[in-house]
Amino acid sequence: MSNAAEAHGGHDDHTPTGWRRWLYSTNHKDIGTLYLIFAIFAGLVGFSMSVLMRIELMYPGVDFLPALTGGNIDAAYHLFNVLITAHGLIMVFFLVMPALIGGFGNWFVPIMIGAPDMAFPRMNNISFWLLPPAILLLVFSTFVEGPASFNGVGGGWTVYAPLSTTGQPGPAMDLAILALHLAGASSILGAVNFITTIFNMRAPGMTMHKMPLFAWSVLVTAFLLLLSLPVLAGAITMLLTDRNFGTTFFDPAGGGDPVLFQHLFWFFGHPEVYILILPGFGLISHIISTFSKKPIFGYLGMAYAMVAIGVIGFFVWAHHMYTVGLNVDVKAYFLGATMVIAVPTGIKIFSWIATMWGGSIKFDTPMLWAVGFIALFTVGGVTGVVLANAGVDHAFHDTYYVVAHFHYTMSLGAVFSIFAGFYYWIGKMSGRQYPETLGKIHFWLTFVGVNIIFFPQHFLGMAGMPRRYVDYPDAYAFWNFVSSIGAYLSAAGVVLFLYIIYKTLKSGEKCPDNPWGEGATTLEWTLTSPPPFHQFNELPKIK
Amino acid sequence: MSGAVQHDYHLVPPSRWPIMASASAFIMAIGGVRWMHEMAFGGYIFLAGLIALLYVSFSWWADVIDEAHAGDHTPIVQIGLRYGMLLFIASEVMFFVAWFWAYFDVSLFTPASIGGTWPPTGIETFDPWHIPFVNTLILLLSGTTVTWAHHALLEGDRKSLITGLWATVLLGITFSGFQAYEYMHATFDFAGHIYGSTFYMATGFHGVHVIIGTIFLAVCLIRAYKGHFTPKQHFGFEAAAWYWHFVDVVWLFLFVSIYWWGA
Repeated sequence: MSNAAEAHGGHDDHTPTGWRRWLYSTNHKDIGTLYLIFAIFAGLVGFSMSVLMRIELMYPGVDFLPALTGGNIDAAYHLFNVLITAHGLIMVFFLVMPALIGGFGNWFVPIMIGAPDMAFPRMNNISFWLLPPAILLLVFSTFVEGPASFNGVGGGWTVYAPLSTTGQPGPAMDLAILALHLAGASSILGAVNFITTIFNMRAPGMTMHKMPLFAWSVLVTAFLLLLSLPVLAGAITMLLTDRNFGTTFFDPAGGGDPVLFQHLFWFFGHPEVYILILPGFGLISHIISTFSKKPIFGYLGMAYAMVAIGVIGFFVWAHHMYTVGLNVDVKAYFLGATMVIAVPTGIKIFSWIATMWGGSIKFDTPMLWAVGFIALFTVGGVTGVVLANAGVDHAFHDTYYVVAHFHYTMSLGAVFSIFAGFYYWIGKMSGRQYPETLGKIHFWLTFVGVNIIFFPQHFLGMAGMPRRYVDYPDAYAFWNFVSSIGAYLSAAGVVLFLYIIYKTLKSGEKCPDNPWGEGATTLEWTLTSPPPFHQFNELPKIK
Repeated sequence: MSGAVQHDYHLVPPSRWPIMASASAFIMAIGGVRWMHEMAFGGYIFLAGLIALLYVSFSWWADVIDEAHAGDHTPIVQIGLRYGMLLFIASEVMFFVAWFWAYFDVSLFTPASIGGTWPPTGIETFDPWHIPFVNTLILLLSGTTVTWAHHALLEGDRKSLITGLWATVLLGITFSGFQAYEYMHATFDFAGHIYGSTFYMATGFHGVHVIIGTIFLAVCLIRAYKGHFTPKQHFGFEAAAWYWHFVDVVWLFLFVSIYWWGA
């Protein structure tokens, strides 16, 4: 108990050592670190899968994946389906959510509101520890039968019935469903924890209207998780009973309705995409403000724009389902409601720009990622407005245009915000600052790489190339080739990122309490780097 | 930043229960899948996971009760626990939304393949004014007995608290008994038809929640015998009562929409 306890400056009864410190942790910063490590590993797995897909899609014909399946062409086709499914599930549930909410949320929400820890530290730990079993179930699913005589789940991350019921009778799909159950339970418990922490543990004087925007963003995110995930739990429980116990929720032969699954799924799924992006919105606000040396423009508008996005996000789900045969009035409603979301999102984009306007801007690595985020997320946003139009979507549905759209919001939006947060906070978290030049190279490499991957996919989609296919006609060859080149560039960026992590932790310069100067005004910059094991034994008073 | 703790929050010491609970859930999942696919030892693995999970839950909550007795649950921590329970119940409400959604999807837009009417042709539903109505009265009555127990607790009247809780627990058990009797006498099956699917899954999940709520109240009854509750500090009882009212309200919706309107 003694040595590490002193090293971290905490008092001994709460400062465990060795493996117990991590496995039995009740400390929000240690749990946040666990989440970040988990997210990095899961992210590498998910990213490798996307590279495999881009290698296969680089040229027309199915030439690469059969090498992985011993020449069995049908197995290669199925392997592609397994890759798209696992890539989606891993990136959503095991990279972006653990990194932004579990990692940065755990680390910085309590500190920003002036609290010594989360409201339920022990429950915080189970939120993390449910994730390794969840991803393990998903890994196991690749070794057992999905559809007859092929291994793994190939139903897409949306697991639509009937492909996920009668289409894949093997145990692989049940393992994937239970993986989602565990990941969902993890997030619901985490959401309860964050909401309680933010409502109940703000320091004296830290009113809701003074609370930093990252804490606001996690609060809204937590409400979305709390109210949407149980509906997914219900939907995938119906899948489970339809598959194994003879219910007919999604089987028309027994009076059921496959479209019901899509309604339930997207009632969760649409809030889910805001769950992925809102914490990014929050931390980008901090970075833009810090490096412009100005308070954020329109603070209250920024906070309530996120609330508005969260609320409206619950009433737009069927814009994912324009082609299932919805009545035209229903489509008109979902079209209008979806367009409305552009208003609070626009408030955010313009307020970030207004924050930079007239500011004394310093383009350190976190700021590069933040400005990159704004530019690229805006591209994803405007293609979202295009796709909101039901008439247009009938042509674009399930084409690469949609793939390009959601990768601009997610992998060029949410993932850029993760990198921005990493460079912004790694000095605070580890006590060691990242190498600035390498960080900038990482940004430019990634920025160029991902744009080369995804911008041409707009053209492919507009030319009618459907998503989720292992092969395509020769007409789509050129832009697929270009897209794959981008994937290799991004892969170089990922390798560089791993080197930067190594370099930072091994020989990074000691990080001062506040490396960013007067622009960084939130409470984490008042603490040492890294912060003590328990901060705020005496609560800070906010003027 | 070192120095004495000068706040009233509860910094929990490290605990083995969270990781053991998730390991148990993992074992349950593996066992469950093997069981559903009739592979070797599936049911036993599932059962082992379940027993481990129950053991961990028991130990975890025992720790919480010990901490309450040690004075860790200051007024602000108790407020936090209240938030936590209310939010948990909110998520449970959304879980039931999924089952009601499935029910209304098929009952309002009934496909022609099952008759185009609700209830579907060939389905003989229960008479709502028979056992279902009795069960409604039982749950409403149990709502009043738990409130009686609560007021007795606030007045420091432990004898009435125990009587009120006994009444509530017994009413809960009676409800579950009637539900089981009703299931045994149903003319429609669980499998093969959407009516049975929606009926049994919605009322079945409610039934599971009744059983959990009854156990929660029974734990409170034991704690009442042991004198754990004071008029000022009895969050465990409050949480059980809130949970019971939630279960009650879900039943009212089930009764009105599935048993009555749906017949």
